[in-house]
Amino acid sequence: MKLELNRHNANILRMAEEHPEILVLSADLGSSCEIKEFSKKYPDRYLSMGIAEQNMCSWAAGLAREGYRPFIHTFSVFLYRRILDQLEMSVAYPNLPVVFCGFVPGITTPGGVTHQSTNDIGVVRTVPNFAIFDIGDATEIDSVLDIAYNYNGPVYIRQLRKAVPRLFPADKPMVFNRARVISKEKDADVTIFSSSICTEEALRATVALKNKGVKVNHLHVSTLKPFTDPQVVNACKNSKYGVLTIENGTVVGGLGTCVAELMAEKGIQKPLIKVGLQDQYAHGASKMYLLEHYHMDAMTLIKGVEKLMGVKLGIKKQDLQEIRFEDFTAV
Amino acid sequence: MPKKTFTDKQIAKAAHNVRKRILGLCIERGGCYLAQACSSAEIVTSLYMKILNLGPSLGNPDAQPFPGVPGPKNMDYPKGSLYNGYDSKNPDHNIDRLFVSCCHYASVIYCTLVEAGRLSERAIEKFNVDGWNMEMIGAEHSPGFENTAGSLGQTVSIAAGTAHAYKMKGYKGKIYCMLSDGELEEGQDWECFQAAAFYGLDNFIVYVDVNHQQLEGWTKDVMNTEPMIERMKAFGWEAVEVDGHDIKALAAAAKTPHKGKPLMVLCQTNPDQDMPIISKLMPKHFITVTDDATREEYTKFYKSM
Repeated sequence: MKLELNRHNANILRMAEEHPEILVLSADLGSSCEIKEFSKKYPDRYLSMGIAEQNMCSWAAGLAREGYRPFIHTFSVFLYRRILDQLEMSVAYPNLPVVFCGFVPGITTPGGVTHQSTNDIGVVRTVPNFAIFDIGDATEIDSVLDIAYNYNGPVYIRQLRKAVPRLFPADKPMVFNRARVISKEKDADVTIFSSSICTEEALRATVALKNKGVKVNHLHVSTLKPFTDPQVVNACKNSKYGVLTIENGTVVGGLGTCVAELMAEKGIQKPLIKVGLQDQYAHGASKMYLLEHYHMDAMTLIKGVEKLMGVKLGIKKQDLQEIRFEDFTAV
Repeated sequence: MPKKTFTDKQIAKAAHNVRKRILGLCIERGGCYLAQACSSAEIVTSLYMKILNLGPSLGNPDAQPFPGVPGPKNMDYPKGSLYNGYDSKNPDHNIDRLFVSCCHYASVIYCTLVEAGRLSERAIEKFNVDGWNMEMIGAEHSPGFENTAGSLGQTVSIAAGTAHAYKMKGYKGKIYCMLSDGELEEGQDWECFQAAAFYGLDNFIVYVDVNHQQLEGWTKDVMNTEPMIERMKAFGWEAVEVDGHDIKALAAAAKTPHKGKPLMVLCQTNPDQDMPIISKLMPKHFITVTDDATREEYTKFYKSM
């Protein structure tokens, strides 16, 4: 597995070259959202809006009405929690093509609760017309801006930055409203849906689970809205003991809720374990610490599988660390 | 088609008619934003009939059934801006645009459209009637409206974003926005004022109906916003104050030089202008007519108008 650097930077520059009507708006976090180079290369298309997100959002709506394609940048938490009314009334209601590029999603920031967008999926899912993409690797960063550009309406992206692993082949881009099937078993014991940085955790868990003979379906989900992928339904059906989700945020309203709703609608009567923040806020610390501390990690997922199957698999933390260590030395 | 022009006398008469029509609605429907009609009738009629360079109306003169909320499958519904001569699908960028932030003034906009020959008189019968496009608080499908402004503070930013787009593209049309003074308490307005000055939006003109009243009472008692002229100048704007019932002064204000800066026109108005029957009422934000005595008094005055 390879770590890639600053893919958003490369992609926003590529998009700007392909589409002259793209503008980048920044609320003073440009260098933290990989748009510094854009500001140098396209100074006339880089609109500095200051630390004033409400105005940035409505201003972008005005620009979008005149044929521009604004990509607004700041931390994701400031793009929904702080400005929900502007997001809804200025952009969502008129269905304007404004792309919200939200950085450091969930617990990927040591900035603490004020900087952590932990309930954004649940909140933005309730807003009509929006599409939501939760990015999990470098290949998805390479694909998502094109998908957002081609979507007929506003888009909320939980974007990753700086060093991001390339989990998926560079020539197999993300597909709109289609989960990525990482592993598929004929008669699976369990199905795991993962998103954002938690897909790395799920990958670590599934390797260990497979070593113990557990048959696992694993799907990575990046389109959280709409959420109508038949692959998700089929994987839930083909899952003897039940279903698990793991996500970078609260389990209320996010991936776990999406899956729960779909299972209920399709009449799939199986237990569901939702791994993520359990209806609480988090505090400021490193990503790896927070994943473990708030039970959003591979070990929690494994315990969930044990619970569903009613077995003890004897997988230890050390086994997992080894897997991760191997992955990261492969850079 | 030559552009229709109106004399100041005709505009004054139109303002009178707007007030009268809205008093009629107020009596008929049991309540209306009547004080806003009193304060802004000259501002809105002057904008439509003298100040703004609009194209001929492209809207249907009759009220229309609500065309549905916007969405991926409903983007081509008739927009309110058609009544200002602006068609977003085939835009003329040389004409001016008007963004109404104080969208509870919808009745004033509709009635002014009637006076300016952009909407039929019978359309007003559908004002605030369930299922029609003439809501009490307008949105982007309502005649005269560019956007959905009910949440205060956002429209000035949307209009400024539009002005910014016009400036970057070198379009000639000017972007006007209309506010009421109570809205100036919103933080987003000030974020916008700072950004509009920062980008030197000299194609952006904001008219404010300073009628000194808001829902809970007099603006000075709810939350002081004065001194506005000094505040706006400190924010890098040009700002002038005019008598908001003086048509000549309202029109002259739009010609105030404001090179490199946005312009704010603060229109001092009376919320009971030409409507002595509501002079003693306080607050006047939404005037109701629910008892027979009031109905009789208002009807008598209506007939005398």
